[in-house]
Amino acid sequence: MLRLSSRTAVLSAALCALLAGSVSAQTYFRGNDGNPETLDQHKTSTVAEANILRDLYEGLVIYNSSAEVIPGVATDWSVSDDGLVYTFNLRDDAKWSNGDPVTAGDFVYSWRRIMAPETGAKYANILYPIKNAEAVNKGEAEGVSMGVEAVDDTTLQITLEQPTPFFIELLTHQTGLPVHPPSVEEHGADFVQPGNLVSNGAYTLVENSLNDKIVLAKNEMFHSADTVMIPEVHYLPFEDRATCVRGWEAGEVHSCSDLPAEDIARLKAEHGDAAKVAPYLGTYYYALNHTDPILADPEVRQALSMVIDREFLADEIFQGTMVAATSFVPPGIGNYATGSPEVEYFGMSMLDREDKAAEILAGKGITPDSPVTIEIMYNTSENHKNAATAIADMWSNFGVKVEYNVRDASAHYAHLRDKGDFDVARAGWIGDYSDPQNFLFMVESDNDGFNYANYNNAEYDALMDKAAAITDLEARSDVLRQAEDMFMRDLPFIPLLYYSSRSLVSPQLKGWESNIQNVHPTRFLSLDG
Amino acid sequence: MAAYAIRRLLGAIPTLFIIVTIAFFMMRVAPGGPFDQERTLEATVMANLNATFGLDKPLWQQYFMYLGNLFQGDMGPSFIYRDLRVHQILGEGLPVSMALGAWALVVALVFGTLLGTIAALRQNSTTDFAVIAVATFGITVPNFVVAPVLSLVFAVILSWLPAQGWGDWNQMILPVIALALPQMAVVARLIRGSMIEALRSDHVRTARAYGLPNRIVVVKHALRAAILPVVSYLGPAAAALLTGSIVVEQVFNLPGIGRFFVQGALNRDYTLVMGTVVIVAVFVVVFNLIVDLLYAALDPRVRYD
Repeated sequence: MLRLSSRTAVLSAALCALLAGSVSAQTYFRGNDGNPETLDQHKTSTVAEANILRDLYEGLVIYNSSAEVIPGVATDWSVSDDGLVYTFNLRDDAKWSNGDPVTAGDFVYSWRRIMAPETGAKYANILYPIKNAEAVNKGEAEGVSMGVEAVDDTTLQITLEQPTPFFIELLTHQTGLPVHPPSVEEHGADFVQPGNLVSNGAYTLVENSLNDKIVLAKNEMFHSADTVMIPEVHYLPFEDRATCVRGWEAGEVHSCSDLPAEDIARLKAEHGDAAKVAPYLGTYYYALNHTDPILADPEVRQALSMVIDREFLADEIFQGTMVAATSFVPPGIGNYATGSPEVEYFGMSMLDREDKAAEILAGKGITPDSPVTIEIMYNTSENHKNAATAIADMWSNFGVKVEYNVRDASAHYAHLRDKGDFDVARAGWIGDYSDPQNFLFMVESDNDGFNYANYNNAEYDALMDKAAAITDLEARSDVLRQAEDMFMRDLPFIPLLYYSSRSLVSPQLKGWESNIQNVHPTRFLSLDG
Repeated sequence: MAAYAIRRLLGAIPTLFIIVTIAFFMMRVAPGGPFDQERTLEATVMANLNATFGLDKPLWQQYFMYLGNLFQGDMGPSFIYRDLRVHQILGEGLPVSMALGAWALVVALVFGTLLGTIAALRQNSTTDFAVIAVATFGITVPNFVVAPVLSLVFAVILSWLPAQGWGDWNQMILPVIALALPQMAVVARLIRGSMIEALRSDHVRTARAYGLPNRIVVVKHALRAAILPVVSYLGPAAAALLTGSIVVEQVFNLPGIGRFFVQGALNRDYTLVMGTVVIVAVFVVVFNLIVDLLYAALDPRVRYD
């Protein structure tokens, strides 16, 4: 591989030195969180995959550069009065990269495929609001019984199980992207390989080398190809955030999708606006086990939440890359006109909060002289460890001693899923779609997967059911706010921090807008010489 | 010698079988599975996934299925990288790790031997102390410090070489240096020690008495004896280098197999972990054999019949 005479080597070294400082203006070198686990939109689950799939495919609706939902393959749609039937008109100039027209039938095929049990789709449940979808995924009904129907080539009708006001928002998820049926039929699972993959988005797949790079080239068949400015994109997977930063500083990468927290201050100081920290649709929280004898008392839970100095966690532990949380639903979320309810103690000073908490706990017989012991369970990570240590310290002044239980992520989440015993467990939630329901549904009493707290409140469930039946977004927002108010009173989870997205964006790269979903479709970006 | 080599390789089969068996069951004892992640999956979805990958079958049945596939050269599907089978994943990464490891080994041997020999010839001089200092530095300062510093200096500040990536020959230079440094240091120290001893041995004194030029004495007579400890060190060193370095591959963002050793286990990607175990086991067996054969070639007192 390295057969070079010494003279060529010296010459090449000199040449490289000249070249190393700049990246080609024609190609966008795009840092990604890691290697995608799959490019199959029906098996996908990670953000790294979503970024690439968003460039390759176009769904019925898409995000623009500020994460607003805009028409994609669908030009417009109507909803029946009962909120159950959505009729989409598809654009007649939508084409696959091989020239085939994109039809309503392609979407029907795609959604039958994602629900087929043998596909093993990790995110199939995102589309469960579609009539009979869940039954099909369980293997209890045939794919044809699903509520998706091609009225003709450019008219798609979707029938829902019950009104779902955020359904349009759901369709922006990568599970809503269509596959090219003839390619799937011909190549099976290998339809995702370069050469086989036929896409309908702004880009096509040229090369996919594991952990090295994924090369996309502009799709000339794309209906808006003339507006796509960047001809080639190289997605580079960076497991190590610091490596991307060095690559960016060396001028080899145009953008990094995440940054190491400890480096943010320096990057902001040295590169100013290029280092972007923006609110992200996620909350970092501690789940409290409501079946635990100490934590079963709502006042104790309130006191524990009250004395946590979230500003300290955000600024000192997470170096300003997280934001102190005062609600479970993160601010800036869609369909939440009323916003989260205010919690009284967040308006008080830390000292007052501590006094009040001490009073509550003393009333329960919990004081530094007669302490109780609580176990915090978290998954291995330096930041989680520091946060847990800081919180333990904050609690220790009030007679709450903390022990730790640390496992790797897989073991941690398996323990929670299997309803293993715990007192306090760390977790985080990034919204799949921009709607408060996507956060508040987690603690409905019948939510086996996410209700780690074993929260069981019929009133809360009733509010969530009530909200689900309301199609007027304003009125619905009001009901969801009541539910969140109850959440903050009962505290199945103690919200600690809102996540932020952190990116490093070259001044050469134009059109990058920070947004709460952290989506940046390449078709809306351009590169300056 | 050929018969000996074949005997050794055949003898390795039961060893590999035992390693595979232990690794298979140890992996399954670890709590959690490949589909337990921050985002808990819906029960139906989980059931579909388990059925797709045969995880719903009894463990003994999965074990025999795995063994059956393995004997046919199929390491099974990856639980995480769902578009690829394990042998494809390792097939893509192994050449990268091997190229990296082989170059690092060459660099470590050549420069280590050179430095060690120079130090031995000028024992207790400033040069000697300098070499020992460099060697101690190389052994004690870990990769995760050396690699980012190299990248910072030569890529970010000086812009001489790329900071990351794979494909061009110049992208190999920094990772090879980072990977070779600690091994080079070990080699230099080993050579220095055994060289000092060899220079005082009878056969070297005889060579000198014959009036042979110093260069011939050192290279042809002393070095040949002095290199033996390095040869026995080669086995483990080569296996470690060739199976990739987790740290160096991560710091320079190289598509080798190093990352799979840790990521595979953390993700509970059972088949991928098994694949890496098999590869390392095979490497260790093969390199130990090569070392033993080299010994026979270098040392006339060693014979295998």
